[in-house]
Amino acid sequence: MSKAKEVLLNPIFNDNPIALQILGICSALAVTGTLYITLIMCVALTSVVTLSNFFVSLIRNHIPTNIRIIVQISIIATLVMLVDEVLQAYDYESSKTLSVFVGLIVTNCIVMGRAEAFAMKNGPIMSAIDGFGNGLGYSIILIVIAVIREFVGAGTFYGIEIMPLTTNGGWYLANNFFLTPASSFFIIGFTIWALRQWKTDQIEEPEFKILKNSLEAEKRTI
Amino acid sequence: MTNNNTISKTLIVAISLCLVCSALISYSAVELRDLQEANKTLDKQTKILSAAGLLADDKDVSSLFNSIEIKIVDLETGLFNTSINIEDFDESSFSRNPNTSIELTSDADIALLKRRENFQAIYLHYENESLKAIILPVRGYGLWGTMKGYLALESDLQTVIGLEFFDHKETPGLGGEIVNPRWKAIWKGKKVYSDSGDVIISVIKGSVDKSNKNAKFQVDGLSGATITSNGVTNLLSFWLGEMGYGPLIKEIRSKESADV
Repeated sequence: MSKAKEVLLNPIFNDNPIALQILGICSALAVTGTLYITLIMCVALTSVVTLSNFFVSLIRNHIPTNIRIIVQISIIATLVMLVDEVLQAYDYESSKTLSVFVGLIVTNCIVMGRAEAFAMKNGPIMSAIDGFGNGLGYSIILIVIAVIREFVGAGTFYGIEIMPLTTNGGWYLANNFFLTPASSFFIIGFTIWALRQWKTDQIEEPEFKILKNSLEAEKRTI
Repeated sequence: MTNNNTISKTLIVAISLCLVCSALISYSAVELRDLQEANKTLDKQTKILSAAGLLADDKDVSSLFNSIEIKIVDLETGLFNTSINIEDFDESSFSRNPNTSIELTSDADIALLKRRENFQAIYLHYENESLKAIILPVRGYGLWGTMKGYLALESDLQTVIGLEFFDHKETPGLGGEIVNPRWKAIWKGKKVYSDSGDVIISVIKGSVDKSNKNAKFQVDGLSGATITSNGVTNLLSFWLGEMGYGPLIKEIRSKESADV
């Protein structure tokens, strides 16, 4: 059982799909403006990655190697369309806000990456657990970004007013930059830095060193 | 392990996978269609009621909507058209079809629509048999895309009840403030036509000077969103003008004076 626990919990901090593998950044930028929308997105992605891992693993011994990517994509795309249909039927407002980003789960590298890297080699139950764990890892980063962006950008937490905005007669002048997707780059960057300060084994070796400029180098030789 | 890479096995896996997937999607699409359609209608009705200020927390949207009458209007003549079924009317397909729309010349196209449909569905709110509000769909280009909304006028066809946008792509926090309740509240009571009948209402830069005699025709601009503010002015000028609902409004006015 400890293997299952490891598979479930590892992607949350030790091997986070966003913070360590730097996958799935696209939706982390786009849908993190408000916490509620982010939570819907997290549920959607987690259910897709869990189920796609399960089904891919279920038929892994019958998938011909030369069409395996197509098979995985078909399964993922089917699940994404199902999630989209359900969302349109039960939470129309959110589906309007999320619009294309639900459909774009198909192209989310985390889903495909887990199908190819884990589900093709492991049993269905373990694969489902792995998918769920990666979904959680994705969700936790998105929730952190969304809380910061919503708080700084709109002065609210989960739609509840914390700091009254000047536009609504309050004292807080909203930082509109945080409402734009570009702000997520900075927040993701700082999150990764914070995580690596805590888990120092995640710090990567620099791929190259910056050379001293030639003048300085000359001085040293003299 | 058996060999998966034969042609027959590849075909069998591919075909059966496609069949299972398509069956699943078709089933869910058919099962959920009614719910989705209901959601879309409800959403639209909520926005229309909200523009007319009729939305109440304790009342059901669809029952409130019973007091609203939908009519198709011919924008060319301003007369109601009864030959087009309301269910068949679809704004986007009508405005694209060359048979049901006209191309706008660049000087007439102030709201940057390119084409305008010849028919539009409008909403009339009656209370005790008398017209209380008329709700007109309006749209026009803002900064990033088309802003779509409903403008509700009182029965004098001059006083604004509300302006509600249901679809826009403006910058959150700047142009996106067109859906801010505080800004929307400013619209109530504003007048749209001058004495000579021109569309005069506009979103100005900065705040409206209350002592100005034109204050009733002016709305505070959205700070940091001049292009969006101008877009709102332009779309109102277009839709209330000759190319928009001008003929309809003239028609209703002349009918009213004939009744008296």
